[in-house]
Amino acid sequence: MKTNDVHTISLYVANKPGVLARIAQVFSRRGFNIESLVVSPAMDGHYSRMTIAAQGNPDGLEQIIKHTSKLIDVLHCFDHSDENVVSKELALIKIGVDAGMRPEVLQLVEHFGCKVVDFTESSLIIMVTGDTDKLDALIRMLNKFRIIELVRTGRVIMVRGEEVT
Amino acid sequence: MTTQLEMSDKGATALKEAAPSIQVQPNVSPQAMDGAQALVKRLEMEGVEYIWGLSGGAAIPIFDALVTTGTKIKLVLVRHEQGATHMADGYARATGKPGVVLVTSGPGATNTVTGIMTAHMDSVPMVVITGQTISSMLGKDAFQEADVFGLTMPVVKHSYLVKSSNDIPRIMKEAFHITRTGRPGPVVVDIPKDISSGPCTAELDPPMDLPGYNPEIETDVSSITHIAEALERSKRPVLLAGHGALIANASKELLKLAETLQAPVTSTLLGKGVFPETHPLSLGMLGMHGTAYANKAMVECDLVMSIGSRYDDRIVGQPARFCRNATRIHIDVDPAEIHKMVHVHHHCIGDARVVLDELVKHVGQLDTKEWLAHLDGYKKRFPLKYRKQGGLKMQHVLAELDELTEHKAIISTDVGQHQMWAAQFCLSDSPHTWLSSGGAGTMGYGFPAAMGAAFGCPGEQVWAVVGDGGFQMTMCELATACVHKLPVKVLVLNNHYLGMVRQWQELFFEDRKSGVDLEGNPDFAKLADCFPGAKGFTLKRPADVKKVLKRAMEYNDGPCVINAECVKEDNVYPMIPAGKALEDMILEAPRVRLEKPTGST
Ligand SMILES: Cc1ncc(C[n+]2csc(CCOP(=O)(O)OP(=O)(O)O)c2C)c(N)n1
Ligand SMILES: [Mg+2]
Repeated sequence: MKTNDVHTISLYVANKPGVLARIAQVFSRRGFNIESLVVSPAMDGHYSRMTIAAQGNPDGLEQIIKHTSKLIDVLHCFDHSDENVVSKELALIKIGVDAGMRPEVLQLVEHFGCKVVDFTESSLIIMVTGDTDKLDALIRMLNKFRIIELVRTGRVIMVRGEEVT
Repeated sequence: MTTQLEMSDKGATALKEAAPSIQVQPNVSPQAMDGAQALVKRLEMEGVEYIWGLSGGAAIPIFDALVTTGTKIKLVLVRHEQGATHMADGYARATGKPGVVLVTSGPGATNTVTGIMTAHMDSVPMVVITGQTISSMLGKDAFQEADVFGLTMPVVKHSYLVKSSNDIPRIMKEAFHITRTGRPGPVVVDIPKDISSGPCTAELDPPMDLPGYNPEIETDVSSITHIAEALERSKRPVLLAGHGALIANASKELLKLAETLQAPVTSTLLGKGVFPETHPLSLGMLGMHGTAYANKAMVECDLVMSIGSRYDDRIVGQPARFCRNATRIHIDVDPAEIHKMVHVHHHCIGDARVVLDELVKHVGQLDTKEWLAHLDGYKKRFPLKYRKQGGLKMQHVLAELDELTEHKAIISTDVGQHQMWAAQFCLSDSPHTWLSSGGAGTMGYGFPAAMGAAFGCPGEQVWAVVGDGGFQMTMCELATACVHKLPVKVLVLNNHYLGMVRQWQELFFEDRKSGVDLEGNPDFAKLADCFPGAKGFTLKRPADVKKVLKRAMEYNDGPCVINAECVKEDNVYPMIPAGKALEDMILEAPRVRLEKPTGST
């Protein structure tokens, strides 16, 4: 953790009321902004998995990780930014296109290996998965069309190999 | 059993009404209990002796259970909920056992927030039980509904909003486990009224469900050998003892280590007493208003080892310049404290007692003769001093108090100039005898905390050293002290000012006094006299100090208050202005105007 890059922090927590608020407070108290946050039940319903992407000075983030780890309901909290991890995001992008522009859009869709999940006369919804850079690149390319709306899930990560995240 | 579990609120009330005189004996089956009664049973199992509290609608079922269970736990009815938290806090600091507070919802609960934060900042074990509106009204702005779970979240070690009566035994068990283990801290348990009055059929000693909480740390022996090697190389070491050493009951181990190494020991405000301040190796307290010799030792040492202090801003001044050229070591139970304020070369995570006990096996006497002689020179050149002429000085009263009590009394302080002088002049010789709000600096703490200590340590002499400002924040508890005939001696060091703020205004704001004059102060001695069983004393002349203190020591039928009319404008030295380094310590009134401090307070 040496730079102000976006860090991806993975947490394994007890699925109890207030746990998210407590974690959010550790960040907000120190003036840190959470870029993205994904929460979902872990393998058994007792626990939840959270993936938090946050940006800020590394010393502050180190403190945040230590303080989050201290919370009673947090089983573990790791920064996986520097590690060998699979990092994925999903985005839904709705673009307004007429018949004339459609072929160019569909070419892009094919090139980026995404899917069209909704098709109307004047619009398309594209679903794209991949790492953050890929999503950013696609969105940049689509900017020349009329993007009606955009929803990103935020990243989830998993450590490669047999080790757990 | 299942039918009871599924019973609605109404059903539960009906059950209680049908059998209004339930007498729960210890051997009665748990089925006959409601949540509140199970709670009281659980408190008994935790060894609770006292509950400090004040009732209200949402807490009535719990107060009722204190009667229906016939428990031996004593309820102390306070006059303000803040007082309850400070009493629980003083009890906890003086005995090492968690204090318990019971209040009602809404304003009752919010009145405890200052006390909870005070306990949290100083790692004090405390369980605060708050009544809450009924579950079905949560979030609907019901009468006296406050989001206590949310309001207290940043100042607790953990908290609960109880959602089922059957969860009460487990949650209470967890609450006590959490508050007293690892790094202690307050736990809030918010209990809706339907939950406390609903039937509880759960086992009273259920297993805990805390998969994320593992307070038992295995001490890393390899880090101890590194620390021992660093110590061996040191010629000018200083041991810095903090509250953590005291909480871990490590005073014997610390004494052994210091004497083995022949290393001097300084302590933080909250570490006072963990190493005897009368010991030749003691440097007294360090930091913003610490002794000159302790601070000079920090500047000149080649090694500093903190044992259970968090290197906080009151003692390091400017983190980047703190012990810049020394080897810095940190021993702490809390991994989050390592490198937080000060970057250290070696650290060991663990219970101070266990770590010191192991460390002492790896070290021998260091070559510190010269260093100790050098520091003794500082002790002679820069002693704590004051002038007895020119009116009654707080320092004078405190030095006499120290002598008369032979460093044996429990001293609880409020916050301000009197606190710093008490820390300097009242030497603490044993742990758990010095109670002061360090991290929070909470005015109003001193007197109720002293009462808590008096509850927990009957037979010990307890003094509350308070300022005229802070005392007025919680002095209503004189009534509580009278009811319980607590022989707490309240020494009001009265300068008719918010003295510490006035000192800052004098030093850094060209003596512009703004909002510090406490005109309208009552006569504190007369005030005491109008509480049944309390006694007031007045102290005006320096020549009378001993006499008046002695008279107060002889009065043990209830609380007494000494109104000590002190010099109005005196300043505490030494002083390291906030944000400055220890090198910048000023020893006496400066002749030039000082820059505004860059540190916060
Ligand atoms: C609840 C609270 N409010 C304000 C302060 C800020 N403060 C710190 S010391 C002090 C003055 C205290 O005056 P007094 O109790 O008379 O003690 P003195 O300094 O005069 O000895 C104040 C206002 C505080 N610490 N706590
Ligand atoms: Mg005052």
